[in-house]
Amino acid sequence: MLGLIGRKIGMTQVFNEQGHQVPCTVVEAKPNPVVKVIAGEHTKPGYRAIELGYGSQVTRRANKKGEGNPKGRRANRAEVQHAAKAGVAVVPRALRAFRLDDMPADVELPEYKAGDAIDVSIFAPGDFVKVTGTSKGRGFQGVVKRYGIGGGPNTHGNTKHRKPGSVGAGTDPSRVIKGKKMPGQYGNKRHTQVNLRVEKIDTQRHLLYIRGAVAGPTNGIVLVRKQQG
Amino acid sequence: MHPFIETQKEWMKVVPPFRAGDTLRVSVRVREGDKERLQAFEGVCIARRGSGVSASFTVRKISNGVGVERIFPLHSPMIAEINVVRRGRVRRAKLFYLRSLSGKATRIREKKVRVAVPETSVET
Repeated sequence: MLGLIGRKIGMTQVFNEQGHQVPCTVVEAKPNPVVKVIAGEHTKPGYRAIELGYGSQVTRRANKKGEGNPKGRRANRAEVQHAAKAGVAVVPRALRAFRLDDMPADVELPEYKAGDAIDVSIFAPGDFVKVTGTSKGRGFQGVVKRYGIGGGPNTHGNTKHRKPGSVGAGTDPSRVIKGKKMPGQYGNKRHTQVNLRVEKIDTQRHLLYIRGAVAGPTNGIVLVRKQQG
Repeated sequence: MHPFIETQKEWMKVVPPFRAGDTLRVSVRVREGDKERLQAFEGVCIARRGSGVSASFTVRKISNGVGVERIFPLHSPMIAEINVVRRGRVRRAKLFYLRSLSGKATRIREKKVRVAVPETSVET
């Protein structure tokens, strides 16, 4: 589904047409260049997608003599060439493909070609969107924090304070059922929130105001995709 | 500063300066069917909270012997006007103690606003 790559800026509130206060996440989505049009070259027949770029990366200097290269992570030659092929001057920091073949039939899409830019105007207030982000990493956590299991009492001689309790029956089945909620890594995982309403759009500042919360930290990269219905 | 913070400033309305202890008359837009009229809610401001567009304030009044409190978003488009009827002299920012008081005890002293006295020339 057609969408954009953006950056989560934070949360605020807007007043809607009824004068109600609506909690909103602000996503900044500067125009995303189309880096590649993928169609028909895969084994999947009918597969159609566009690859969009987001942000910028520092690159190696063209002239090797003279000043040194910028420090830190630089775009590698493959990334530079990939962008150059599409006529995109800055090397994007993130590349994501958006499928177009699953768009509803009644939506007319312009013919995108590499080098085009897609901005927030593809959305309209009132649209419903899916927002994908990487949730905040919380490390290795117990079941109380990870799944909200109640834990045991703290006093009256009890020693099972934050434990999950029984993990299943005994001799039969004599194993732990798969998917049992246990301690482990919590967060830092891709998460998609569906059915979020676009409340407001600021085309000048490239901002999307999306009702509700979105996974990930401030400045985290999020994908905003259209949703049917 | 990120542009989105500037945007928020654009949504903010110009409101008269007031604080907890002041008596306010808030004109609220009420929609009845397709008609719109103004309804006044007059009472003591007992709290202001928050900042930016999300700021809000609480107004308390006694209606037919029952205490009524309304929390208004300060920059809500549903508020047509805020009038400061009376300035009160109070020593704290949140007047939640008024909830447990009734009658005479809930009175708030009026704040004397100092007005520049014009110079009077003594005529002989």
